[in-house]
Order: sequence, then structure tokens, then C-alpha cells
Amino acid sequence: MEVIRSQKRTASNDIVSTPTLPLYLTAPPMEVRLEEFELFAIDRLRVLKGVSDGLARGRNPNEMDDLVDTLWKEHMRLPDVSEMINKDIISHFVLRLVYCRSDELKKWFLSMETALFRHRFRIKKIEEQRAIVGEFGLPYKAVIGAELESLKERLVLVARSLCQTSSDVENIYYKVPFEEVPDLVATRRVLLQKGYAFVAGSQLVSLVVTQFRSHLSKALILTNRKWTTTIREREKDRLTPIVEALSTSYLGPDYTQSSEYADISLKDIDQVSKSSFPLCMRHLFEKLREDHHLKHGGRMQLGLFLKGVGLKLDDALAFWREEFTKKVGSERFDKEYAYAIRHNYGKEGKRTDYTPYACSKIITSAPGAGDHHGCPYRHFSEDNLKAALSRMGLSSRGMEDVMDKVRNRHYQLACTLTFEAVYGTSCDTGINHPNQYFEESQKILKSKTPTAPV
Amino acid sequence: MTREEIDNNGDDMMIDDPNPKIENEFNVHYLRIYYGNLFPYSDIHKWLSYGHDGKHPGCDEYYFGRREFSFTLENDVYLRYKSFKNASAMEDAIKSNFPYKIDIGAVYSVDPDKRHAYAHSGTNLFTPVERELVFDIDITDYDDVRYCCSGADVCAKCWPLMTVAIKVIDTSLRDDFGFKYILWVFSGRRGVHCWVCDAKARRLTNEQRSAVAEYFRVYKGNENNAKKVDLMGHSLHPFLARSYVDFLKNFFEGELQANQSIFSSKEKYEKILGMITDEDIQSDLRGKWENSARSSLSEEATSLLRWEQLKKTLQSKKNKAPSLRTCIEEIVFTFTYPRIDLEVSKQMNHLLKAPFCVHPKTGRVCVPIDPNNCDEFDPLAVPTLSQLIEEINAGGLSMDVDDDSDKSLLGKSIKFFRSSFLEPLLKSCKEEIESSYKTKIGKSKDTFSW
Repeated sequence: MEVIRSQKRTASNDIVSTPTLPLYLTAPPMEVRLEEFELFAIDRLRVLKGVSDGLARGRNPNEMDDLVDTLWKEHMRLPDVSEMINKDIISHFVLRLVYCRSDELKKWFLSMETALFRHRFRIKKIEEQRAIVGEFGLPYKAVIGAELESLKERLVLVARSLCQTSSDVENIYYKVPFEEVPDLVATRRVLLQKGYAFVAGSQLVSLVVTQFRSHLSKALILTNRKWTTTIREREKDRLTPIVEALSTSYLGPDYTQSSEYADISLKDIDQVSKSSFPLCMRHLFEKLREDHHLKHGGRMQLGLFLKGVGLKLDDALAFWREEFTKKVGSERFDKEYAYAIRHNYGKEGKRTDYTPYACSKIITSAPGAGDHHGCPYRHFSEDNLKAALSRMGLSSRGMEDVMDKVRNRHYQLACTLTFEAVYGTSCDTGINHPNQYFEESQKILKSKTPTAPV
Repeated sequence: MTREEIDNNGDDMMIDDPNPKIENEFNVHYLRIYYGNLFPYSDIHKWLSYGHDGKHPGCDEYYFGRREFSFTLENDVYLRYKSFKNASAMEDAIKSNFPYKIDIGAVYSVDPDKRHAYAHSGTNLFTPVERELVFDIDITDYDDVRYCCSGADVCAKCWPLMTVAIKVIDTSLRDDFGFKYILWVFSGRRGVHCWVCDAKARRLTNEQRSAVAEYFRVYKGNENNAKKVDLMGHSLHPFLARSYVDFLKNFFEGELQANQSIFSSKEKYEKILGMITDEDIQSDLRGKWENSARSSLSEEATSLLRWEQLKKTLQSKKNKAPSLRTCIEEIVFTFTYPRIDLEVSKQMNHLLKAPFCVHPKTGRVCVPIDPNNCDEFDPLAVPTLSQLIEEINAGGLSMDVDDDSDKSLLGKSIKFFRSSFLEPLLKSCKEEIESSYKTKIGKSKDTFSW
């Protein structure tokens, strides 16, 4: 792509013969105006941010399809179809430059672009989908004849295990190495035999998304290399300042550094846990006080949260030591647990300063036997959740509203409602990070009693 | 035992103690003798070289040297990123450190020893490139469904849980995933490890490993939810159905009931009633069982009878709600289905204990388990360090690390390792090296033919 100064550009020169869902395999030769460079990228970023919000709020796949469709029409639509495609392609490649520059940026961009692609693909018709599969050059053949016959009975079982009725059972299955469809394997949505997965036509999206993701991941590494070796220096007066500005505004606070509202000391911690912790952290905290122990998942989730809340490393060590020594003794604490705490604060090993987990990560975690981490709205049984909510002071009316959200799997909305019930105020942005819950709570409590400890 | 005798690593291997019984099975003196004479260095090296023995032009002579090992020494000193050029370097390192535990990590892009040289460039050039697909099953994860032991203990009544886990997972790895070169190993105390060594398995990405682990995952429990197994849908996925029909159902109704009598007391059966989502059925059964609390039947018979009653009740009421249709299977799965430690399997850089290590708490050797005969495996009959030392004493100097006869305690395990696992694996590795070499040569030949 070549970026040029502002000039009327004839649309016909840039008509690209790609299908309506570009795969971004290579940057096509085009001219881009400087303003378009920035504006197109900002519009696409609005779409990606919307996707990020949707995922964080636990929207199911059908809701995400609608959301993506709406976002795309709102920010990316242009009267001329070929212009729309150009904008699509240009904005994607500009954002590659912006988001290739660090591991964290790469990870976010990869997730969002993959999700965007997935949902745009899902709403395409089956013939268009098959065409896109062809574009990727995937060599998979349909299963036919005797082989299909031998698998039929089990294919029906798979469909039924997914609550599909026999009329939904499909006619075309593709034989694909299981490595190509990890998400279908993980959720047992396919039949496996001798290393092959039998993918239904309607499941093509999984195949394609894996390819898309893998390709983009590699491309970002190459882009980063080009950026650091040539582009950044060459463009330091023109594109570089734009690229650097684009990434900082859209990722939301990550709570690695605690803000003014969050600096707690050990003596306040019990009180603050009752007044300002979200349910997930309150549960972990209570269990820690009760059992004088937490398993690894709980230590990570609570430990990083406390870091984000402002607990300094020395105080953190004292806090965990106080509890753990009651169960395992101080020698074992020093040997087995202190290192990990220091590691979380970036004082050991490769010295990464780890970020506290956001709701999306906590919701998708998998607490097992003996664990107390995870999201109570998702992982607790109804009875246990109700008991926990009543300990937080919810009325039975308030509880019903929350349980209603839980039954519809809107865990973050449930937590938001809890917040609103506890503090008697509305929370328009919605909760998507435990440290956000804490800070908002502290803000409210401090505004009520400015000097007293809360 | 005097220090001088032990430090004399030469010919005198006799231990100067007429009464070999000591208060614990594991001590550093025994460990030295084990690593001095019994640990199968060359077999381990052959395994982890995967055919790259330098004899074929297609071999990568640096392959073994890029594998990470870690040692845990006495006093919990932990040494990571250890690597060895060859078998004798590995042997020397083990014999000079006598580690309490040896872990095997991944094969990296560069020698782990030299990783810092690559750390300064922007992108990470020190990354894992190959690693076996591994699984770890630990019986402490079943504490909520075994009543004979808890925590670190294991006995003949609960070990069968591990046996059925091996059968389910092994069958699936072969039939569903097509893997062939699978090694099951006793973890030394209370569990089993599985090493899948096919080339395809070694090259799986973290995401793909995670997918396999999740495919195997059924139990989603902790003390906060009452129902830990949720089998939704109108039927079971063929993998689960096969596991149920071939292994789990019979195990539940036979051996498990006999060993654990899971319905015999109120506390026990309440746990199961909690898994039935219908309150009426719960109280109906509860009523029946409270009334029969004083019957003259044995624990086992009572338990079996109640299971039959539960099945009958659920069968007759199954159309009341969709969730009741799979309730019977859910109960069986909760008690019998394998519970793997997902985190162990998901990441390439996760370290796992090496086979033929000795467990520090029990003194037992981590021997391989034959999945085709796992019913016969008895964790309490696995050779301990002190038994092995006694055998050496009795036989004098005839202990030979290459001895794989049935006469010695460890010999059978080594023989099994070699014939059932190592030989077929190496044969396939050599074929692969040969064929990829031929392809490479073929390609370069083409570029010359003009």
C-alpha cells in the first residue's frame, strides 16, 4: 500500500476482486490517502472495541453475530461496495502496524480480529462460506460412500448429543485432521476416529477461523519485524506518530498500577473486603481466612486482585504468610509460596508485572476439586449463590433479578446488578473487571464519608 | 553405615548393616546406589533422542541437547533449564547431584543452557518446539468419591479408579486420536502419568493440547456446586457412550460398589441425591432409605439394592424433565470417569517427573504400567529402594543395569519399557527420519536436474 497526500482518487483504479469477506492474506497494491489512513483505522477500532465489549459481557454467539452486523454497518459502511471493501482492507492493515508492536497488543488484536472474522463468516450463506474455505486453499474432502455409511450411526449420536434433531443431521461431512479444529474437539462437537475429525458443513466456521487466526498470528510477527527495522524510522515524521497514538486510547485500564482510590494497608483489609470486594474476591478472601489456604488458581486470582487494589509487596507477603503459616508453617511458606508472590509482583524470573484478571478471564476459568476461584455467578450452584448474595445484603427481590441474569448466563450483568443493589446506585458502564468494582465502590463510599476508613 | 564406605563408589557395594529395616524407605544413601547402578540411563537417552542417534545423515545431533531437564535436590533446591549433550553427560550430572526428583521438560529451539543469549532480541527466540502430550491423574482429585482413604493414601479399594481411568483415556488416545506410542507410568505414590510420544503429539501447539484435555474433561466440580457432572443433550457423544458401556458402567456396579458402598450411609447417599435435580424424586428415595436404615443386609448389599431402586425410579420418571434422562449416567460418571489435571496437559513448557525416578515419600520407583494389563498393577507391590538395595546385597555384584530378565525386581519393568514401548517407537522414528531425509534430498536433486 502506498500512502499519498490528499488528492481525489478515482475509485475505478482500486476495484479489488476479492470476495465480500477478505482474508487479508496479502496487502494488495493500493493508494491510500493520509486522512483515510487514520480515519479508516479509527472506525475499525470502534468495531473491534465493540466486539471486545460484547465478549466481556458474555454475549452468546448469536448475539455476537447481530452485534457484529450492527457495528459493521454503523462504522464501516460506504455507499460503494468496492470502496467498502477497500476500507475493510486498508483499516485492517493499518491496525496491523499499530498492534504488532508488543505481545499484549498483538494478543488483543488477534483475539478481536478473529472474533470479528468468525461472526462475519457465520452470517454468510453456505455457498459463500464454502467459497471462502476454498480461498484458503484447504484440501479437505467430503466423506462419501462406504466410509460415510460406517460413520453414520455415530455421526447421528454426535448431532443428538448437541440437541440437534434428526432432521438437522447433515449430509456433508469433511474429514479433517483433529489439529485443525481444536475448538470443535474441545467441546466434543465432532466425531473423532484415528486422528480425524468429521466436520459438518455448518461447522466450517471453526476450520476457517483456525486458519485465519494462525495466518494472522504469523503475519503480525513479520509486520513487527518490518516495523522495527525499517518503517518506524522511515515514517517518523508522517505515519509513526499516527500509529503510536492509535493504540493507547482504546484498551481500557488494566489496573497494573493502582489508582488513587486503591491503596490499602493490612489493617484495613478485613473491613475493606466486606465493604468493597466483588463476590468472587470476597469468597476467596473468606475461604482463605477460614481454611488458611488457597489452591493455585485462587492464589493467582486473589493475589493479583490485591496487587491491583494497592497492596504492596511487603504487605502482601505478610498477609499470605499470616494465613498460610497457620496451616503449613513458616518454613514451608517461605519455601513454596513466597516465591510465587514475589513472581506476581515482577520481582522474580522474567520479571513480568502481571495484570489482575478481568471478568472475561475469570468467567472462563475452570475451578476444579478444592478450588474457590472463578466467577460465583457462573460456578456456584443456585443455592450457594443465593446464600452468598444474602450475606452481601441483597433483598429477595434484588436476588431474583440477579438470579434471572444468571440463568440467562449474563454473569457480568448479574454482578453489576449486585453492585447496584449493594450501593444503591446505578452502574451504567457495567462491571467487567473486579478491580473496577472495587474502585467504583471505594469512590462511592469515600464520597459518603470522606475521612473515615471504608 | 559409615561415611567412608558409602563414599567409596568403587567395588564395595555391600551395606554394612545386618538388619536392613530402617525407619523410612527413602534416604540419600540408597538413592546414590540406585543412581549408581540401577537407573536406566541409556534407555531414557534412547527414548528422548527419538532416533536422532547420529547414525543416519538425516539425524539432528543436537536434538537431545535441546531438551530441558530439571533437578530437585535435597533441601528443595530446584535447578531448571538443565540440558545434556548426550547420555554420558546426563549420567554424570545425575551421579554428581543425586537429585531427589528429575523432571523432563520440552525440546526447545536452542540449548536451554544458552537461552539468555537469545533473550535480548525483541521477539522470543527461545521457545519450546516439541514436547510429548502428557497427562497426570492423581487420586487426591477423587477424594470426594472415595471413602476408604483421603489425601496421600491409596489402597486396593480405591486404586481401581486409576485403572479405569487408564483404560478410558488409553482407548480414546488410540481409537479417537490415532496415537500409537503411549507410555503409562506410576507416579510413585498415588497416581499415574501418561506420555504420548508420537511425532504428531510432540508437535501439538498449546491450543491443540488444551483441546485434547478439554475433550477428556467431564467433571467440573468443587465444593461450591452440588452437581459436578452435567451431560446435556439427547444422547452421549460416542466417546462418552463407549467409555460408559465398555468400562464405567460395569466398574460402577461391580468393583466400585463392592469397595466403596456408596449408598450405605445417610451421609453417602445424600451426596448422590443432591445430583438428582428433581426434589420429589429425592424425597421419595430419601423416605425409602431412611426407613430401611436398620436392615440386616451388609453394607455392600444395601448399597446395591439402593442403586437398583434409584435406577428404577429414574427410569420411570425420566420423561418428567430432560435433565433426568441422563441422571443415571451422570452419577456413574461422577464416581468413575477420569479426572485429569488440565494444567499439566495444556502447556508445552510444563515439566513432568521422569519415569524410573524414585518417589521421595514412598521410596517406590516410577515404573511403567502396561495399559493392556492394568488390572493387575498393584501400587503397593512396586519395588522400593530398600527392596532393591536388599536384592543387590543378596546377589552381590551381579546387578547389571542391562538386566531385563524376570529374575530381578526392576528387570521386568525395564524389559516392558524396551520391548513394548521403546522398540516400536524407535522403529517408527527411524522410518520418519529416513523418509524426510529422502524427501529433502529428492527436492534438492530436482533443483539440479536441468
